[in-house]
Amino acid sequence: MISTHLPVLQVAIPLLAAPACVVFRQATVTWLLALSVSCISLLISISLLWQAFTTGEIRYELGGWAAPWGIEYKVDVVNAFVLVIVSGMSSVVLVYARESLQHELGIRRIHLVYTGWLLCLTGLLGITVTGDAFNVFVFLEISSLSSYLLIGLGPDRRALTAAFQYLVMGTIGATFILIGIGLLYMMTGTLNMTDLSQRIPAVSHTTTIHAAFAFLALGIALKAAVFPLHYWLPNAYTYAPSAVTAFMAASATKVSIYLLLRFFFDIFSESFSLRTMRLNEILLITGVIAIFSMSLVAIYQQDIKRMLAYSSVAQVGYMVIGIGLASATGIMAAILHLFNHALMKGALFMALGCIFYRLKSLELNDLAGIGRTMPWTTAAFVVGGLSLIGVPLTVGFVSKWYLILATLERGWWWLAVLIVASSLLAVVYIWRVVEVAYFKPAQDTEVNEAPMSMLIPTWALIAANVYFGVNAQQTIRFAGRAAAELLGLP
Amino acid sequence: MTNIGLYNYWIVFLLMMTGLYVVIVSTNLIKKIIGLNIFQTSVFILYISIGKVAGGTAPILAEGYKVYSNPLPHVLILTAIVVGVATTALGLALIVRIHAEYNSVDEEKIYQNDPSD
Repeated sequence: MISTHLPVLQVAIPLLAAPACVVFRQATVTWLLALSVSCISLLISISLLWQAFTTGEIRYELGGWAAPWGIEYKVDVVNAFVLVIVSGMSSVVLVYARESLQHELGIRRIHLVYTGWLLCLTGLLGITVTGDAFNVFVFLEISSLSSYLLIGLGPDRRALTAAFQYLVMGTIGATFILIGIGLLYMMTGTLNMTDLSQRIPAVSHTTTIHAAFAFLALGIALKAAVFPLHYWLPNAYTYAPSAVTAFMAASATKVSIYLLLRFFFDIFSESFSLRTMRLNEILLITGVIAIFSMSLVAIYQQDIKRMLAYSSVAQVGYMVIGIGLASATGIMAAILHLFNHALMKGALFMALGCIFYRLKSLELNDLAGIGRTMPWTTAAFVVGGLSLIGVPLTVGFVSKWYLILATLERGWWWLAVLIVASSLLAVVYIWRVVEVAYFKPAQDTEVNEAPMSMLIPTWALIAANVYFGVNAQQTIRFAGRAAAELLGLP
Repeated sequence: MTNIGLYNYWIVFLLMMTGLYVVIVSTNLIKKIIGLNIFQTSVFILYISIGKVAGGTAPILAEGYKVYSNPLPHVLILTAIVVGVATTALGLALIVRIHAEYNSVDEEKIYQNDPSD
């Protein structure tokens, strides 16, 4: 009986648990609550993914109101896959977060961090699960407002200005999305995604729909940090608490990329987005610029957290290229990379959190010799880095492989060459860290390994990087089916 | 004539551009929040204008009236107004913290204090 309500429970449980955290106040209790809620969400999303994969789309009417009047939740393989990414990463990072957050922020009022975390999780899951365009905006703002809060809590005072910067940019992005949805409603009289996709073709020649498309594209690209709208991301990721950065990097931009796919392939038809509005050309050009310019910028960073933040913008570039290729393989590569990038960036930012835990600094020069003083953490960073580069047997290789296959399918050799060349830039910035960590004498030999409660989740993600790099069949099946659903293929 | 008839949309655009301009140009953080508010208000007016049905009355059932304005966009925008208030509150709260740390709410002075970026 309860299984029919899974789509709404996915969102309702974290939403209800968030105020409960404020009531309980006690650090360990709220952490346990947040962790168990996140794990429940993970279990629900896995069962939803399995259900969507085996029996097809699940539709849920909120409050029993039929679709065009009430809000409808719609789960297919595409968003169920994203749900698993978000709730899975949240659960793993929460295990790690306890020690890391208490060390960086102090135990006082730590329950408010978990409240913000759960609200952010609610928002991200809500954006993904909903089948109603306005509902997307509401959940987007829930997740955005809580993420401004989480970033602003960072240990450095620059976290405040980074959060403010993100607040301004994020609000502009969300308001653009709101305008786009309003214009769509103006022309179609509906907010339900299925209805929208049926009614848009009749009016798709109007300027209003073109304007709606432009507003939505800009707004979503801003939230997803698609180059050149990534300005907020490096500061936000650099100054947020380590655990928050790991969670955000692994989930927030992924959900925005999902929105991009949902809006432009499902709601606007693929032919309108690509042929009439030529979105794919814009995405390809910005994607290629992103993978080169952002990787180059990453090479020159002294703060390695900022380095990885720029690398995140570059990685979004790969996803955008996959979408821009506009073929089943290209979109499959993009969806695969959503999952794979969540694994590698989550693991890398968690490794950085371990380093920060002991060294209180992430400046490259302060990392001298940590390969010997913190061998496990540094090894985790190296494996994560290899995955980021795309070395075989890691998940990074799987997504790059399919991305290159997709370019070759189109016969675009030059693009395949560019993708490989940009991976070499990743080799350079990961190597800089390896060089300092292993080949320079340690400044402080008293430094110990990070606590187990942080190392184990980090290594769990690293293991996932290798596991899904070797046994990629299952993720490829899900991603392939998701791409086929988005393109309306059988 | 039709252009003048759609004057609320002109106002929407005027406010939208004013708001964005203020956000981009001003270095004072509080002014940025004000600009953001003006920008969001323009969208509220856009939604409210969408709900207008020519010749329609308020959507209350009564004898003698057949045409009603669409209440749904108004309801939607109530939600967006709440979101706007929450954003403003959070933005101002951040400004209070920034002022406590830097003793200034001017972006240029703040960045002078933190030369690394």
